[in-house]
Amino acid sequence: MISTNLRIVAIAGSVTLLMFIVELVRRRRLKEEYSVLWVATALALLLLAVWGELLRDLAHFIGADSQASTLYFFGLLFVVFLLLHFSVRVSNLERRVIVLVQEIALLGERDRRIPQVEDLLVSEPRERNGTQNAGRYAPLLRQ
Amino acid sequence: MKDLLIIIPAYNEQGRVGRVIEDVHGALPGADVLVVNDGSSDGTAEDAAQAGATVLSLPVNSGYGVALQTGYKFGVRAGYATIGQIDADGQHRAEYLTAMLEALEQHDADLIVGSRFLGEDGHYKPPFARAIGIGLFAHLTSSITHEHISDPTSGFQLMRSRVARLFCSEVYPTDYPDADVLILLHRTGYRVREIPVQMRPSPGKSMHSGHTGPYYVYKMLLSIFVTLLRRGVKVIPQAKLAP
Repeated sequence: MISTNLRIVAIAGSVTLLMFIVELVRRRRLKEEYSVLWVATALALLLLAVWGELLRDLAHFIGADSQASTLYFFGLLFVVFLLLHFSVRVSNLERRVIVLVQEIALLGERDRRIPQVEDLLVSEPRERNGTQNAGRYAPLLRQ
Repeated sequence: MKDLLIIIPAYNEQGRVGRVIEDVHGALPGADVLVVNDGSSDGTAEDAAQAGATVLSLPVNSGYGVALQTGYKFGVRAGYATIGQIDADGQHRAEYLTAMLEALEQHDADLIVGSRFLGEDGHYKPPFARAIGIGLFAHLTSSITHEHISDPTSGFQLMRSRVARLFCSEVYPTDYPDADVLILLHRTGYRVREIPVQMRPSPGKSMHSGHTGPYYVYKMLLSIFVTLLRRGVKVIPQAKLAP
């Protein structure tokens, strides 16, 4: 059974962590998507702090010798999940960078092929919808 | 509909790429040549443009597969019926492109691979470790696809536009396209055929420098394995590819 003092510290700590995460999301420093794992962890810590027997029962359930090692085990598990999550995100980012790099290359080539604004300016002014388009780009030309 | 596009992915091939472009023009006067300059730090792009090729420049060095896929995207969007690829270092001999084009038309195949090992002239002897790797993947690819594949690492290829369209999608492995691509094609229902070609010895460092070593073997085995696990590759419609 954990002492009352320890319980108060644990509850205060996990509530602070939870509030900190919510605040980060509120300020858009942390995306909602990334907050999921962190919020889940903070809630789990809070649950363990409030419900003192849970850790003991959990340790017993997984057959661990001590409650401390049970805590470390789940802590490590969380870190592994987080790293895996980041690997997935990095792979995703890499995939998107490749697509962008390719599009830039393709656009660059098209840019050379398509007549530039300057070339369009010397061409005949066209009438569209009855309104005169002539001189539309004139301010640009004067520069 | 345009006819034939030859893609040349090039990374720092100044002084070599121009010759390859001339060879391709010599072998196939009707073909358009596209050089995908993979973020070279030398004058590859200028060389290629001077030799009469269309040049796409990737803003950062992104690797052989990414450069190739950029070429496929260009070719598919421009509506080429047939797309080929040849290395920029002069290892592949452009005169074989005509034979590959004939084979594509004759054999009702979707992709033609130029193989160094077909036809037993034995002109090409890879280093021992590499020979084992190529042999392993040739064997694996052949037994999975039920086609005789002797040179799965060959980047000397010619394909119909529908194959290039598949290569434009996410299923294309942009890190090391290799034996896994041939298996992917087989799974999609496309036919792959090899014809014998001669190659010149590679002039040292090329874009394929990753083609040896334990990581390559690991990556290829994993890639083949997951390609086999994936079912029903969906070919994306042409409309989705247009910008």
